[in-house]
Amino acid sequence: MPIESSLNLGAKVTGIGTYRPKLIVKNNDIAAKINSSDEWIRERSGILERRYANANETVVSMAVQACNEAIKNSGITPSEIDLVILATATNPAQLPNLAMEIAHEIKAFNAGAFDIGAACSGFTYAISMANSSVVSGDSKNVIVVGSERMTDFVSEFDRGTAFLFADGAGAFVISQSKEFQISNSVWGADGSLKDWICMTKNWPEFYDNPNDGFPALKMEGQKVFRWAITEMVGIAQKILDEAGVSVEELGAFVPHQANMRITDHIAKSLKLPAHVAIARDGTTMGNTTAATIPLALDTLKKNGEVKSGELALLLGFGAGLAYCGQVIVVP
Amino acid sequence: MTEEQIVSDLAVILNEVAGVDQSKVSMDKSFLDDLEVDSLSMVEVVMAAEDKFGVKIPDEEVKNLKTVGDAVTFIKKSSN
Repeated sequence: MPIESSLNLGAKVTGIGTYRPKLIVKNNDIAAKINSSDEWIRERSGILERRYANANETVVSMAVQACNEAIKNSGITPSEIDLVILATATNPAQLPNLAMEIAHEIKAFNAGAFDIGAACSGFTYAISMANSSVVSGDSKNVIVVGSERMTDFVSEFDRGTAFLFADGAGAFVISQSKEFQISNSVWGADGSLKDWICMTKNWPEFYDNPNDGFPALKMEGQKVFRWAITEMVGIAQKILDEAGVSVEELGAFVPHQANMRITDHIAKSLKLPAHVAIARDGTTMGNTTAATIPLALDTLKKNGEVKSGELALLLGFGAGLAYCGQVIVVP
Repeated sequence: MTEEQIVSDLAVILNEVAGVDQSKVSMDKSFLDDLEVDSLSMVEVVMAAEDKFGVKIPDEEVKNLKTVGDAVTFIKKSSN
């Protein structure tokens, strides 16, 4: 007997939702602790301000808000969601993973749920998983959410990271569609570079020496910068080639908001035409790891810089090191 | 390649990458203190210099290149 298949034709993003923590933190609020200045932070990263989550703005609660907004914008009901995927690097506990709680809170009682961990590439990897789930027939609707409390794991005294990382959440609803509105993804990883963005210690190491400081993020900034501005240009072009899309046909370029100087360099190297909107949400949101891409696309839409129906090139890259990206039709 | 030519080509790169006034670029100038080229811009300057001069400048070497003169000396040595 042949295996039955309900292969659907395609998938599309049907709704976007975001959550931005209430507390706005300007460069001058944090510069003293890292012996720096507003000017230095702006020049180094392009960041003017960022958001820090308070005690009530947890990875789950921020994700729930973002998901609820995405669900409302998509026009589906929570009971129609088949899968909830959370991309995060900042679950504060080993277990349980958080997608299950999020699914419960958004009333997606028919959904399966899991977390994925791919740091700054997490959201775009999650999009790829959602696309596969819909196109295979496993799901009619998937919600992918990136949610982070980077401030739980970044030292306010680390000159290399304190001014970069911040908190927030963003979500997409991805639904069955007659057309292919999400391209195949291009992804990769280089585990030989795992130490370029990592923690100062792991939990067992902290347990052995608890007085030596909490685990915190550390980064080889210059090395990561060089990797991003060299490798990601070719990857961005590969994504476009695989999607059969030229830079002229793009409406927006939405890279992970690591650093505006990386964004500028990749955009220039790709020779993006003037009409292509370039996401710069990081200037007021900082680097929210798995949440930067949905937050950034949301801002471009709200500002009218990209319109529904236009094409957006999404590219996540970072810790691992790893990367993943695709072209989508903007909902 | 003469020293003057390398300085002149470096000045073009510094201008393109970091907006440095080409007339300010001379052997004695410090990248960071005199020309205000920060460590991220140095990455881009090094990459452009590698392309321009056909040399390889490893990461461990970059931190030793504090002045334009240091860079010119390294490039001259690597080109021979």
